[in-house]
Amino acid sequence: MNGRSLLTQGLKYGFVALLDAAVLWAVIALLFRGDYILLAVLGIGTLLLNFVILSRRAYPLRFLLPGLVFLFAMVVYPIGYTVNVSLTNLQTGNLLTKAQVIAQLEGRYYLPPQPETFTFWAFRNAQGKLALILTASDGRTFLSQENELVPVDLSDPRFVRGEDGTVTSFDGYTRLTLPEVYQSLGALEALDLRLGEEHVRLTSVREFGTFLRKYQYLPDQDAVLDLETNVTYYAKEGYFTSPDGVRIEPGFQIYVGFRNYLDVLTNPGIRADFTRVFGWTLAWSFLSVFFSFAVGLGFAYLLNDPYVRGRFVYRSLLIIPYAMPAFISALVWAGMFNTDLGVINRILGDLFGVKVRWLQDPMWARTALIFINVWLTYPYMMIVSLGALQSISQELFEAARVDGATSWQRFWRITMPLLWVSVAPLLIGSFAFTFNNFTIIWLVTAGRPAVLGAATPAGATDILISWTYRLAFEGERGNQLGLASAVSIIIFIIIAVISAVNFRFTRALEDVSRSV
Amino acid sequence: MYSRPSRIGLIVRHALIWIGVIYALFPVLWILSASFNPTNNLLEQKLIPANPTLEHYRRLFTDPTIPFPKWVLNTVIVSGTTAVITVFLCALGAYAFSRFRFRGRRAGLLALLLVQMFPQMLAMVAIYLLLIKIKEFIPWLGYNTHPGLIMVYLGGAMGFNTWFMKGYFDTIPRSVEESALVDGATPFQAFLRIVLPLARPILAVVLIIQFITTYSEYVLASILLKGTEMYTLAVGLRFFIQQAYDRRWGVFSAAAILGALLILAIFLPLQKLIISGLTGGAVKE
Repeated sequence: MNGRSLLTQGLKYGFVALLDAAVLWAVIALLFRGDYILLAVLGIGTLLLNFVILSRRAYPLRFLLPGLVFLFAMVVYPIGYTVNVSLTNLQTGNLLTKAQVIAQLEGRYYLPPQPETFTFWAFRNAQGKLALILTASDGRTFLSQENELVPVDLSDPRFVRGEDGTVTSFDGYTRLTLPEVYQSLGALEALDLRLGEEHVRLTSVREFGTFLRKYQYLPDQDAVLDLETNVTYYAKEGYFTSPDGVRIEPGFQIYVGFRNYLDVLTNPGIRADFTRVFGWTLAWSFLSVFFSFAVGLGFAYLLNDPYVRGRFVYRSLLIIPYAMPAFISALVWAGMFNTDLGVINRILGDLFGVKVRWLQDPMWARTALIFINVWLTYPYMMIVSLGALQSISQELFEAARVDGATSWQRFWRITMPLLWVSVAPLLIGSFAFTFNNFTIIWLVTAGRPAVLGAATPAGATDILISWTYRLAFEGERGNQLGLASAVSIIIFIIIAVISAVNFRFTRALEDVSRSV
Repeated sequence: MYSRPSRIGLIVRHALIWIGVIYALFPVLWILSASFNPTNNLLEQKLIPANPTLEHYRRLFTDPTIPFPKWVLNTVIVSGTTAVITVFLCALGAYAFSRFRFRGRRAGLLALLLVQMFPQMLAMVAIYLLLIKIKEFIPWLGYNTHPGLIMVYLGGAMGFNTWFMKGYFDTIPRSVEESALVDGATPFQAFLRIVLPLARPILAVVLIIQFITTYSEYVLASILLKGTEMYTLAVGLRFFIQQAYDRRWGVFSAAAILGALLILAIFLPLQKLIISGLTGGAVKE
């Protein structure tokens, strides 16, 4: 072993030692915080890293690991997480865990039958600790000690009185002025003082009042007891629910099995939306691919003709829509299709005197979207077809011509079948891409126009992926994260089927087996 | 495939191509005109502006209420970083898959192929929740940060690009590194000094395509970034023009022209290289 590799070895072990020391420290910190999931992730990750760096057998992993980390963290883990969320009821109203909901409910209070109110003086000592003297309406006085209220006799000499005869200081505590009270409202609101059974809390800037605790969690029954009405609310379907069906808000997260999936397939409202959106998604993908391929192939056929001059210039001009960032094109087209202001309607108005309600009428909005998408993607189809056309052997055409085939026959009998072989996988790939082309839909119509009476926020031009987005992130009807995740998984299954078909064409799988 | 067309046939062909060119260029010319048109209203625009002005361009860089330079900078930083790291990490992974024989290699390749089928944005809910969680522990890497967004993009870029580069590495003969390995170089040195320089074309393709893809990405950026100062160009421009076609069309057009110009300047000179990458060699026979 020469000196240089000794140095690198030394650096390597030094690095591992430092890393392990740092992780060990973090593990202890996490142990005290009780954050076991993160602890497990960190621990397993570090062990793996040690193995990779120190073991000879793991040498290839040193090359793979950096990329794998990102792949796992940002693709594989999110896929698993999506499956997990799709099995829960996670949505607005059920975002908290059960423990959080119980903690929240146990912090709720109600007014007792005979509520008592207290005026108060607030005091603070040099250490910043608050103390209160409360005076009840019947003149009884109390002093706060920690979280207890104890009766106190204010004539005791330790209470120093000011000119108006009220207590200004005692035991090192001095009275807060009104502005200081305002500044301390947060701390005062947080106080929960006990007076026997009752809780005494701030009710207004000038008063404290008595409260009783509203709920108590009963672990053995997995229920919450309403201490005011004596009704027991049992944990059921993500809510604490009374025997006669009244729910306490907020609900909590629970696993609901395949209910989200079943909702998509069987709940009449959701199923109607799903069917409509799915139908449009298929039509959008199919028509986009069909027309852009037709247009692209047409231009490719023209540009491939050796008798047409200036083909290179034409090609460069025709390719421009493809070179534009799609989000810019989509926003520009959205402006051009604007019903009142857009140039398309101005031209149509001048020529035919009509005003098409492009983005308000469902059918016209869909037409506009497909038109725009054809503009965006025909250059890709043109390039692909051009490459395929150029690879077709000329001899076949000579033979066909000798046999007397017309140019129409030559195109359909020779060119198309040969073209199809190389282009079909790309068309399927393009179909799958268009199927999930959120950007175009979102930037042109954002799924609008809205559909009246839809059970979920699904507009007339929403495709499955934009519907998912709205379910998850659009606030109007709450965030239905569980349902959105289920739809994501359904989309994934559809895409997987399309890809499986595509593999038959590309034989990518054979590449895997061949190169082993 | 073609026979010599008649004179009329030739004219028809040129006419058809010109219809196509007008179709292709009309939107571009229209916003080019709008960007020089003094009015900001979509309705009052004419194709040839009466009094052309650079006012809209000037406003993009001087009006503090339009953080256009900031958006471009954000986008270039995010896309550039993503592209560079993607190239490096994917080259490493592709090299291992191409050169080493190890247990799990076959399963790994298959898994890679399956994972890259899954469009990352399908997991947007999970990614959103994950980044919010990360923010609690590592604030600079979580929700509403550029490093966080880059990390998400990197994850999405690994599958396809590793697979794609592996195909190219397979075509580089092993014999080129073997002499170096015999001379005592580690596989990593052979990779860095010999294979990478030979693979420059594929590195360039992945770099450029990844840059352009990330530059145009909208969904994840719109979910993970909040606040106009953080936006990328795609999110910012949409936010800027939404519901404001009657008031901001001129300034928007200027921004669209500049935003597109950056990509056009990369794309058009390198179109052959990029297209070879995008069509994945499926048309070569």
